[in-house]
Amino acid sequence: MSTTKTRDLARPAAAKASPAKPRRALRGSPTFNFWLFTGPFLIGLAIFVYAPILWSLWLSFFEARFTVTPDKFVGFENYTYMLTNDDFVGSLGTFTVFAAFIVPTTWALSLGLALLVNRLRFMRAFFRSVFFLPTACSYVAASLIWKMSIFSGVRFGMMNTVLGWFGIENIAWLADPSPPWYWFVIVTARLWLQSGFYMILFLAALQNIPGELYEAAAIDGAKPGWQTFRYITLPQLRATSTAVILLLLIAAYQAFDEFYNLLSKTTWGRPPLVELYYKALGESQDYGAGSAGAVILTVLICAVTLLQGKFLGFGRGEESK
Amino acid sequence: MSAMSNSNWSRRSLFRAAAGMAAAGTLAACGGNNGRGGGSGSGVGLTQYFHAYGEQGTEQAIKKYAKAYDKADVTTQWITSADFESKLFATLLTKNAPDLFEFHPQIQLIKSGQVADLTDIVTPVKDDFNPADIKSHTVDGKIYGVRMIDDPQFFFYRKSMLEKAKVEVPTTLDELAEAAAKLTTGKVKGLYMGNDLHNVIDTMIWSAGADHLTDKNEIAYHTPGVIEGLKKMRKLFTSGDLLLGAPTESWDPSSLNQGLCAIQFCGMWAMPGIQAALGDDWGVFPFPKTIDSGKQSVYNGGWSMFVNAKGENVEAAKEYVKWLWIDQKKYQEEWATAFGFHIPPRTSLAQTATKLKSGNAAEGVRLFNEFGHFDNIGWTQAMRTSLEDVFANSVRKDMDPEAALDKADTAVNRELKKLFG
Repeated sequence: MSTTKTRDLARPAAAKASPAKPRRALRGSPTFNFWLFTGPFLIGLAIFVYAPILWSLWLSFFEARFTVTPDKFVGFENYTYMLTNDDFVGSLGTFTVFAAFIVPTTWALSLGLALLVNRLRFMRAFFRSVFFLPTACSYVAASLIWKMSIFSGVRFGMMNTVLGWFGIENIAWLADPSPPWYWFVIVTARLWLQSGFYMILFLAALQNIPGELYEAAAIDGAKPGWQTFRYITLPQLRATSTAVILLLLIAAYQAFDEFYNLLSKTTWGRPPLVELYYKALGESQDYGAGSAGAVILTVLICAVTLLQGKFLGFGRGEESK
Repeated sequence: MSAMSNSNWSRRSLFRAAAGMAAAGTLAACGGNNGRGGGSGSGVGLTQYFHAYGEQGTEQAIKKYAKAYDKADVTTQWITSADFESKLFATLLTKNAPDLFEFHPQIQLIKSGQVADLTDIVTPVKDDFNPADIKSHTVDGKIYGVRMIDDPQFFFYRKSMLEKAKVEVPTTLDELAEAAAKLTTGKVKGLYMGNDLHNVIDTMIWSAGADHLTDKNEIAYHTPGVIEGLKKMRKLFTSGDLLLGAPTESWDPSSLNQGLCAIQFCGMWAMPGIQAALGDDWGVFPFPKTIDSGKQSVYNGGWSMFVNAKGENVEAAKEYVKWLWIDQKKYQEEWATAFGFHIPPRTSLAQTATKLKSGNAAEGVRLFNEFGHFDNIGWTQAMRTSLEDVFANSVRKDMDPEAALDKADTAVNRELKKLFG
């Protein structure tokens, strides 16, 4: 799609600038411009994305311990090992629980924030910035703040201090897995970090909804508030919502930083990437098994994305609206 | 949009500045990575990795020693301890690998050809080393690392708190649990063994009369005593008498120093810090007997220097290790006793280290000699992780210890099979 667009745009410009030049000259030809602009990206993509993926694929069929240039071919042994490994399969379950919770919550929270900020009559820029600011914070930094000051297990941790006012015993938020308070810590950290960004997306979409629609609805007798929101705003946000959900799902799949920093050395609460890191990559240095796991994950992500596209119609373009 | 008129100018200058910075960054990166940035003309550049020691002055000391060496430029990377293993293992596979690094003896480094044979530099002074330190670094008659410091790990306790609660120094795990219960008050928890309890895994196994591996490199940790120990640890974990979720890990004595707990598992290195914070109000004791038929134990950890066998300057790196960790006894003594307390692995130094001759330090040395267990070189990082998983599953979660150990057996046997066939 982008190819045709580039051509359409480039052609009139080229014709206008140099009508005398031969059409086939390399300079200024649409093909040349196309490669000039996409080339660097394609090279980067090839070196930093496709080459590692292919290398992983190759590694996954070898016994690669403490080396990334192995020579012992083992066929599908690494795949059998990963797929029969309870922890790895369990981590897919962990991911599902995490995604099932974090995706709708972030969606609702960022939409809510966007609606609130959109309603503001004054200081809108201020609040927009305030809510967006956490996006600029790194997951690692936030995890450390969450772990050491807000949800520290000692009596002077912030949450424990607050609970102490009501006479509630100290809670070891992250150290003790039962009850699983660690989910509360992880979910709040992620909500704080990412809601602002999706709020901006929703805000842009909200400001794109034509005012006439609301006027027409009002004339037709739609009550302001829930009815207008349900039948006008929400359908108008469909494209953005779908994109946001897809982005959230991918972000959830890639979750690593806060799990790694908040839950070090556990056997629970490990999404697939963290599990892979502990099982095969980090200290164990079993790159064969690690790559097999990575390939399994890649296939899963592709499948889920395609399925989601089929059901929610992301990327189908205008006709689906 | 009043800035419109000069937006071209600023965009261009911005771009130029960015390009300049990128170029400068690349140059700086070259200098930083290969350790040849100094350009002092002495020829060889060496890079060494150290984990970040907690004590004041340690980083400066290591850099001072490096500077005093005139046959090579030695750059030091000082790496946060939580990331040390992963960073070290990952870079060892690349061209940016350090020429020399500190670590613990683990056989996979030798089997995969990552560390160089140091037999020729150690042999002349072999008799001056603690025999256990030589043994733990030897595979098939070759010595692969030079021990810098020995770090016994045991419990530290507040004498006044134990007296007030009328608690004796515990000698069994049951007594330890009782003590923790009696010592717990509204503001103080009885016992701190780290947020994940993983630092006491090894001692708990030894105190149960078991070991990690047999002499023939078969599993030796899966015994009824260890299972009983795991059950006791689970009970302790859920008792509410443990300090959990503390801001500092157990290698840092802050929790004890700040009065968050009455007893803490830590290492000999922390002694000067504890002395400064608590005066004489503290003592040490070994890990108590896990079961009645067991024996108290102490983990004799420590750090050793290794040379990257795949590096470009193996000989130069070996020479530096020999110069500093074999020849420079003054530096070795300073490194072992001037910051945190460590026991020098060289017998001649250990005998003259006056700071370790009195008080709790002397008691630490006694525990080291009487109850200490050294690293088993065949016990690798992956196996370590398997037992950490056992603790996570059956002490911090309520999985059946037997099932958790079975799971570890599978993982450890996979490792053993790959290493020893």
